[in-house]
Amino acid sequence: MSKNNDSNQFRKVDVDEYDENKFVDDEDNGESQVGPDEAEVDSLIRQGNLMEALQAVLKNPPINTKNQNDRAEALMLKVLSAFKSSDIEKAVQSLDKNGVDLLMKYIYKGFEKPSENSSATLLQWHEKALSAGGVGSIVRVLTARKTV
Amino acid sequence: MAYHSFLLEPISCHSWNKDRTQIALCPNNHDVHIYKKDGTKWTKIHELKEHNGQVTGIDWAPESNRIVTCGTDRNAYVWSLKGEVWKPTLVILRINRAARCVSWSPKENKFAVGSGSRLISICYFEQENDWWVCKHIKKPIRSTVLSLDWHPNNVLLAAGSCDFKCRVFSAYIKEVEEKPGPTVWGSKMPFGEVLFESGPSGVSGGAGEGAGGGWVHGVCFSHSGNRLAWTSHDSTVAIAEGGKTSTISSLSSETLPLLCVSFITENSLVAAGHDCYPVLFVYDGTKGSVTFGGKLDVPKQTSQRGISARERFQNLDRRATSSETTEQGLESLHKNSISQISVLEGGKSKCSTFCTTGMDGGMVTWDVKSLESDLKDLKIV
Repeated sequence: MSKNNDSNQFRKVDVDEYDENKFVDDEDNGESQVGPDEAEVDSLIRQGNLMEALQAVLKNPPINTKNQNDRAEALMLKVLSAFKSSDIEKAVQSLDKNGVDLLMKYIYKGFEKPSENSSATLLQWHEKALSAGGVGSIVRVLTARKTV
Repeated sequence: MAYHSFLLEPISCHSWNKDRTQIALCPNNHDVHIYKKDGTKWTKIHELKEHNGQVTGIDWAPESNRIVTCGTDRNAYVWSLKGEVWKPTLVILRINRAARCVSWSPKENKFAVGSGSRLISICYFEQENDWWVCKHIKKPIRSTVLSLDWHPNNVLLAAGSCDFKCRVFSAYIKEVEEKPGPTVWGSKMPFGEVLFESGPSGVSGGAGEGAGGGWVHGVCFSHSGNRLAWTSHDSTVAIAEGGKTSTISSLSSETLPLLCVSFITENSLVAAGHDCYPVLFVYDGTKGSVTFGGKLDVPKQTSQRGISARERFQNLDRRATSSETTEQGLESLHKNSISQISVLEGGKSKCSTFCTTGMDGGMVTWDVKSLESDLKDLKIV
């Protein structure tokens, strides 16, 4: 008769690894998407043309590539903090649906690594983006398989 | 809009009989209960106990009056009414994971079962051996099949699965039917052929939006079979029109993901899901766009009473908003996610009533005419 132990430590082999029909994720790494143009964005911020800067930084988001992601993230944070609180709402309105979804993705990415003042600005942006995109945009951040 | 609470547990799945007087549902356990309508009351008349695992799909064939059920015990049973009792017949599906959804074909000579074994079993009755035989559609499904819907020609089958894709397969069984004529989805239809596969259910080419997609929860063919709609876990709903142009129009909605969808006319669909109320979407064939038509739920009369200063600060403390409503619950009829929607009258071309069941154990029958009159800016095309 078999003994019934509550522990399942007996299973040392992951049987699903050996299943020939195992689902393997399609990894399309390092696509030709280069990150947003730093110089362009920097100059736009300095000029005070913040709307353009936002559009520029949202163009060409690097998908799935490690290093460029961090650079883009830092750039994004710079642009977002450069905005005045009263202007945030207008900026969000100027974006289309995809832009709002992309913005939400960057906001959540920013939440992951909080720095000095980032969380406060990010939360303000989050509130405005939420009223524009609804909970659907947050669901899309959660289910997206290509991280920005 | 009658709300009837059957149980306190979720209703896993349900199906109506032909004249809509009886409903078969699974009360989140191993059985199927059949309720009969007596005026406004519902009485339980049968209990079908055969499954060893939760029953995940029920379909009641209107013409032949047979019920097919499938469950997590990897079996399916076909039930026939003999006198006053429902007698089950086991169908061997040859799957090694739970069955997830089941659907009779329009002519009721076969049914399809979607399962976690990454395949669809098409079962038909073999006369000489007097039992149900099944054939598998495996390629290229890579994950659990969550939902199925048959095309009116009895051969094409749409399947939505957890590998983020919605596909149309041919389920042509030469033993039980003749070769089908060509349709907008294709003309060569050997068994198992994929006639359509959706890309990841995202917006086609948005500035690299990372269209990852989500599990496809619900699929539905339109009445003519020329359009296919599906809802996905990334809160999108998409419609594809068969044909060479095979265009996919999708809408990223602002609501929580939708779990089930059904066409109610050739241009409008009703979908419902985790937001606990059904919503209407309108498809414009000429522009190829899907637009949000409106939220379909009975507007509740909210009493406007003044809010004291103390309450205002309490609300600010508890909920960060000093809003007026001290309502704790949802305003919708259903109090939990809606998991299934079924058309009661009028078919998918001119539906006049449809019914939703959900995780709150309740069932609501919605009347399209009165919805149109109650919600004034609603237009069902």
